Amino acid sequence: MYTQAMDTMGREGPGDERPKAVRTTEELALQQRFDARIDDGGFIEAKDWMPENYRKTLLRQISQHAHSEIVGMLPEGNWITRAPTLKRKAILMAKVQDEGGHGLYLYAAAETLGTSRDQMLDALHSGKAKYSSIFNYPTLSWADVGTIGWLVDGAAIMNQVPICRCSYAPYARAMIRICREESFHQRQGYDSLLVMMRDGSDAQRAMVQDAVNRWWWPCLMMFGPPDDQSPNSAQGMRWGIKRVSNDTLRQKFVDATVEQARVLGVTLPDPDLKWNAERGHWDFGCIDWDEFWRVVGGDGPCNRERLAMRVKAWDDGAWVREAALAHARKQADRAAAQPAAA
Amino acid sequence: MSETATPNEWPLWEVFVRSRAGLDHKHCGSLHAADAAMAIQLARDVYTRRLEGSSVWVVKSADITASDPGDKDMYFDPAEDKVYRHPTFYTLPSEVDHM
Repeated sequence: MYTQAMDTMGREGPGDERPKAVRTTEELALQQRFDARIDDGGFIEAKDWMPENYRKTLLRQISQHAHSEIVGMLPEGNWITRAPTLKRKAILMAKVQDEGGHGLYLYAAAETLGTSRDQMLDALHSGKAKYSSIFNYPTLSWADVGTIGWLVDGAAIMNQVPICRCSYAPYARAMIRICREESFHQRQGYDSLLVMMRDGSDAQRAMVQDAVNRWWWPCLMMFGPPDDQSPNSAQGMRWGIKRVSNDTLRQKFVDATVEQARVLGVTLPDPDLKWNAERGHWDFGCIDWDEFWRVVGGDGPCNRERLAMRVKAWDDGAWVREAALAHARKQADRAAAQPAAA
Repeated sequence: MSETATPNEWPLWEVFVRSRAGLDHKHCGSLHAADAAMAIQLARDVYTRRLEGSSVWVVKSADITASDPGDKDMYFDPAEDKVYRHPTFYTLPSEVDHM
């Protein structure tokens, strides 16, 4: 999930994002071939020539996407030991494990662009790289776990399905694999909430409503700023990295979710939410973009906690990584020292 | 391994999975692991969580030799004008066309 990278690009200080002038005629020819392939709806593979800015933009988006998967394990991981039944615990473990897998597919795709896993992790751990704003909100009750599945993963699916057609093939392949698994995430979340709403106590129903109230607006923010404030979108569209605009995806998500909320028996916390027969869509209220930028900028409810947890996990695991490598080197040295088999 | 890999990073492996007996092993992704045994173990955990496989191969990415994308035209275009290599090139009388 979670491709806010392109939208937050302009806000993180001046970068080296401006395209360099194309220099040689050879480069010009390569650029033309690249453009033609993009226009034909073709794919770019890791070893193909690509403009430096295309590479940088992708690297930024894919690595942030990967970071989001990994950091996204934390809010839900909190609830594994407190899941109400063995069934829900097994489901939650499978889901969190999936998120780890998704992070791995995406890191691997990003590595094809010429960066190393360690470099990406350094960028995350030093706070240089971002991850999706959504994971800086706390999971206060068990209903939050179901709500994350239903709404957060639901928003993520809306966002990710178009990326399965991304022009950069390794990213597209990773997304296809991820989308296949993501549907389980949304359905298990909705199912868990449904059980509480239908068979639960009043207190449990109130808990679900409270979780929905807290997650609704941050979920709408996941799609990124409005189209007229998303200066990098046009280039992303031109390159076939972004396929559908932020506002279009957000509207699609709202339209799909209203009916799901009705069936579930919860209300969405927006007094302005109403059907617009003329547009054929649901109208919804204003999003607090100040909050969005505050959270992206590092000042959300859990930014520090999430990052500290990631860094601790990485540091605590250092001796395991080193030991495994030392063991592998020792085995390899021993094998090399042995005389060839008689 | 990528040129930028740091010395303490586990090497990169390519993973091939046979979805079921009788089919080919197919490339499905890559991962980092300290050695081959660990690569197999991690490949199982990452790529076969939903019965996607019955057999796994891993090979160090650094050990793969690939054709150069720059040579693509030179390498593969010559096959384009050899339509006679396909059965559909030959029009046969309808009585025997199932051949």
